[in-house]
Amino acid sequence: MTRIFISKDAAALALGADKVAVKIAAEAEARGVAIEIIRTGSRGMVFLEPLVEVETPAGRIGYGSVKASDVASLFEAGFTAGGAHARGIGKTEDHPFFARQTRLTFARCGIIDPVSLDDYASLAGWRGLRRAIEIGPAATIAEVAKSGLRGRGGAGFPTGIKWKTVADAPADRRYIVCNADEGDSGTFADRMIMEGDPFALIEGMAIAAVAVGASKGYVYLRSEYPHAARTFQQALEIARGARYLGSDILGSGHAFDIELRIGAGAYVCGEETSLLESLEGKRGVVRAKPPLPAHKGLFERPTVVNNVLSLVAIPTILDRGGEFYAGFGMGRSRGTMPLQIAGNIRFGGLFETAFGLTLGEIVEDIGGGTASGRPVRAVQCGGPLGAYFPPAFFDTPFDYEAFAARDGLIGHGGLVVFDDTVEMAKMARFAMEFCAIESCGKCTPCRIGSTRGVEVMERIIGGVKVDENIALIEDLCQTMKFGSLCALGGLAPYPVLSALRHFPEDFSPRHALAAE
Amino acid sequence: MLEATPWNDARAVAIVNEHAGLEGPMLPILHALQHEFGHVGEAAAPLIANALNLTRAEVHGVITFYHDFRREPAGRHVLKLCRGEACQSTGSEALAQDLLARLGIDWHGLTPDGELTVEPVYCLGLCACSPAALLDDEVIGRLDAESLAEALDAVRA
Repeated sequence: MTRIFISKDAAALALGADKVAVKIAAEAEARGVAIEIIRTGSRGMVFLEPLVEVETPAGRIGYGSVKASDVASLFEAGFTAGGAHARGIGKTEDHPFFARQTRLTFARCGIIDPVSLDDYASLAGWRGLRRAIEIGPAATIAEVAKSGLRGRGGAGFPTGIKWKTVADAPADRRYIVCNADEGDSGTFADRMIMEGDPFALIEGMAIAAVAVGASKGYVYLRSEYPHAARTFQQALEIARGARYLGSDILGSGHAFDIELRIGAGAYVCGEETSLLESLEGKRGVVRAKPPLPAHKGLFERPTVVNNVLSLVAIPTILDRGGEFYAGFGMGRSRGTMPLQIAGNIRFGGLFETAFGLTLGEIVEDIGGGTASGRPVRAVQCGGPLGAYFPPAFFDTPFDYEAFAARDGLIGHGGLVVFDDTVEMAKMARFAMEFCAIESCGKCTPCRIGSTRGVEVMERIIGGVKVDENIALIEDLCQTMKFGSLCALGGLAPYPVLSALRHFPEDFSPRHALAAE
Repeated sequence: MLEATPWNDARAVAIVNEHAGLEGPMLPILHALQHEFGHVGEAAAPLIANALNLTRAEVHGVITFYHDFRREPAGRHVLKLCRGEACQSTGSEALAQDLLARLGIDWHGLTPDGELTVEPVYCLGLCACSPAALLDDEVIGRLDAESLAEALDAVRA
């Protein structure tokens, strides 16, 4: 029986993986070839999806960008034994995009059946949780602190300090809240891991619960990710059945369970206090801080709010030690980051690596430049609130501090590449429009500023008193940056100001007239 | 596409009560109502307010805050076209404008035959195979005018 692996990740489905799987099953039956098709998560090489892999004695042999119409010829070529075919890429693990990565967080993703407990356990699953239970809360928190892990949602706050704050806060109950409201355009790592290795998130949350003494966890997942919701819900039920969740996890005496909650299309609910309001059943309006969620979070109880990627990094840290994890990276950015290389890019996908690669290496060497074949003009890093960097900044190392030094942010690790057809004034206008649509409305700089920002950008694009309006938008951006309550209004000026600073020619009156 | 059942107060109350025991039951209730009836109509707020001991204004505030909850039923099919930056970088805006012009509707609009609602969405997490869309429950990547038209024809056939 030959085992064949085909991803059921949403990106693979969007490129036709189901049709390919159905065709392979039908063709195998017609030819009397015994195969078993296993649906996995994605390896992250979206440019090769649908990727079909065949298990051989030499390892898994891959066939990329397979169409249903290729299936008959794959059988003719003997692909079930790894036969040569035009779609063949050789051993998947030897593919340059894959071989260059350091996969800690995504070690299992794309390889295992996402909801198979056996598969999960066979590749180091639950070892971190067992160790956390064995060494106890204080040592677990110390291990996380030693790893240097910082919040992968974007803010980069040290996870160990957050956990200690929650553990030390007196309370009748504590919560673990996983922020899976991955709204940034250009990011899909949370979705991929929840579809491809959901037990890793469950294990990370269970470790957090043991460490801080929490009894209940919530995963707040955005509604735009129905596939992730289905897989994760299934994984929760399986984990509960096997007592990795419940009243006595792994016989440790710790009670912990997780509930999946679905958001309702509000981008601002990715902001942690707005997310907590939403979980409580209210409008997703941002709270003023302090009090910090670590002191008064969900239902006013001490709450760990961590991003999916932070929590999924935890099992490895506990299993292999904080020092092992801290051995990767640069400066104060320790460990690995799953980069999401997206937009107009030749080799788009997820690339997990230690911090420190330069932006140019990521976009040109790994990403292969634009999909359109035209020159790269801008890269937006860190989502809709991230700065647009020009190729002149390609020497910037991927590191929290290095990006901040250039008025940018790494955010959740998304990089969106644009070719030279992009109109930067329009992108600046869009940043303001997006902020206006998604503003929670609590603070004036964000609520009113974003709407005025759209109007001012329209005037600039229309060539109306351009110099005066550029001065006005710069002033407005300063007000939003320093006067907004949360990162939505506070960071929306980043794409606008970076577009103005690095691409001034797109804002000049001459350009505006030429665009008429 | 799931066929929504017409609004029914008794069924709505039952749905509200099924979820009322949860911590923070509001969003699960609203999702369940929309799943059943295809929208969260005017009649919902008083029912929920009554069950959760809130004011109608509070419930109305929550329903209208979130983009997902529809006040009116959608068309038989719903197309969510992504307008995020990653999709813009590969031409989603032109694709969307052409489609909307051809259908003669604006964003959130419903075609006159009641078949198709077109909504913007800000990221489906398909940013490495953009432009992307969600048509009912089906995700589609690397969209172009031709594949979009094909997908729409397939569901409307």
